Amino acid sequence: MSQLASWRTGSTRVLPGFGLSMGISVLFISLVLLLPITGLFGQLAELSFAEYWAIITEGRVVASYMVTIGAAAVAAIINAIFGLLLAWVLVRYDFPGKRLLDALMDLPFALPTAVAGITLATLYASSGWMGGLLEPLGFQVAYTWVGIALAMAFTSIPFVVRTVQPVLEDMPVEVDEAAMSLGATDGVAFRRVILPHIWPALVTGTGLAFVRSLGEFGAIIFIAGNMPYETEITALMIFVKLQEYDYAGASAIASVVLFVSLALLLAINIWQGRFVRRLHGGKG
Amino acid sequence: MSIHLHNIAKHFGTTQALEPINLDIHAGELVGLLGPSGSGKTTLLRIIAGLENADRTAQPSKILFGDRDVTNVHVRDRRIGFVFQHYALFRHMSVYDNVAFGLTVLSRKRRPNSGEIRARVFRLLEMVKLEHLANRYPAQLSGGQQQRVSLARALAVEPEVLLLDEPFGALDAKVRQELRRWLRHLHDEFNFTSVFVTHDQEEALELSDRVVVMSNGRIEQIDTPDELYREPKNRFVFEFLGDVNHLEGKVTNGVLTCGDAYWHVDLPDGHEELLLRPHEVRLTEQPTSESHLPVTITAISPVGAEVRVELEADWLAQPWLATVRHTDFEHLALRRGQRLFAHPRHWRRFPKAESKATEQSRVA
Repeated sequence: MSQLASWRTGSTRVLPGFGLSMGISVLFISLVLLLPITGLFGQLAELSFAEYWAIITEGRVVASYMVTIGAAAVAAIINAIFGLLLAWVLVRYDFPGKRLLDALMDLPFALPTAVAGITLATLYASSGWMGGLLEPLGFQVAYTWVGIALAMAFTSIPFVVRTVQPVLEDMPVEVDEAAMSLGATDGVAFRRVILPHIWPALVTGTGLAFVRSLGEFGAIIFIAGNMPYETEITALMIFVKLQEYDYAGASAIASVVLFVSLALLLAINIWQGRFVRRLHGGKG
Repeated sequence: MSIHLHNIAKHFGTTQALEPINLDIHAGELVGLLGPSGSGKTTLLRIIAGLENADRTAQPSKILFGDRDVTNVHVRDRRIGFVFQHYALFRHMSVYDNVAFGLTVLSRKRRPNSGEIRARVFRLLEMVKLEHLANRYPAQLSGGQQQRVSLARALAVEPEVLLLDEPFGALDAKVRQELRRWLRHLHDEFNFTSVFVTHDQEEALELSDRVVVMSNGRIEQIDTPDELYREPKNRFVFEFLGDVNHLEGKVTNGVLTCGDAYWHVDLPDGHEELLLRPHEVRLTEQPTSESHLPVTITAISPVGAEVRVELEADWLAQPWLATVRHTDFEHLALRRGQRLFAHPRHWRRFPKAESKATEQSRVA
């Protein structure tokens, strides 16, 4: 309320540069984010609702949703577990090569996703190193949804590590020691003291990883095999529509991905805000 | 529960944090570990707690609580209460849940039922006068309140030994004073054995039954506050327990000279360094036949019952500090830049070779 009042009465702010910085930010967001999205909805306007519905509920597309969401969920869970472990190792222990491992964490961001995809496909194809080892044991990774999940996990693990890491660093070792001095076993201390502390960051990181996986394309198509109804991901469906010059159809499917991602991000944000407020005494 | 430490040493990498130490703390005692940072006092406390392990040396180290050998007992089974400097409260739990934590993690067999836990937590919160804040979160409390929660949390498991690591270090002077008195009271009432770490000599002297003065991983002296202040065993202890003025010069025929200053002392010829406390310096307008120590006042600050006066002179390497009573202050009409003469009432010397101190009083 007071902010609104000061806005109206035009009282001066102490921090300088609000007008300029806010203006540039809004302009940038408009150009880079809002304009393309508007374009997307412009394309959608060519379709009637019935047509739109028909496109997004077509059997092959729905199957691609299932494959994408299923694989992304598996990838997100894998990332939640191993990302937490990696962050834990990086924060709590000192070992030779720690800085190198820390730097490696960002590699999936830096690497072009297509390069990652080709590498994974070569590695896990039946003629590749890993594929050659796993195939006799009855595990097929390449050209199955397992491969899709693997590629998704690879490209999105930094999200979990990089969100959990600073929160863990922020948590004093004394808190852990306090729990132990009060008689808690390692497991109890982790479950009741450490996990609740990093929980918001872990959920956010996992959520981001999941959302990122929903839209991943380059890393997956090489390893997915792209068999209709089985290993086709939604991003590929968009690509296929584009190749057929069906821009409206591509936009329709893209809008579904967009809505799901947006809803998820928003939900995480609201939930996290509530949690953080409690930790910081109602001020955060 | 008495604490018995035998041959406790600790290295961190190649640096020695603690030289082999033996220490006995009697049951029901409140002992302060006093020393500058890096003296090993916190390391020693953490070793008693079991948060750190003593070095494994040829001569085995031993930690006994009463008759119980806890040398190889994990911190969670030592039955200690530990209070951290920065409280280390569980931020996602309410005050109530923080205090109840130690009881709720007990094995099912030993855990009291929920009604009993509730009663016990509220009894503790009442004791720390925080029962009205049971549902708040730590972030909503002041530093002093948080430290009281942390103390209640530590006491909930009814520890035999209470260990406090600079418990009041992060609090402001007034709250610190209040909590000190309150801890003393609590200790006397519940009669547990407490060890606390501090770098504040005033806190150690005020709160402890006995003080352990440490420096560079060694115990310098263990004594009651009174004895410690009156009879410091060595120069380190003397200098650490309060402000010290240095007077260095050459003694010839019973006169110590230093630049244009001189002073009759009853010492053999040679180079001497004498130490005096601020309250042992008297200020007058005229020199006496005994001493001629001209000084100039550079700063005056009236603090509490006394006025602190900073003195400088050509013959002094470091400025002196003198404390003057308010009546004397008014009588002498002290002001900055004024030239006066200092007269030591009492001094000490700690010759390097012998550890025994010499001291001399002079009726002034």
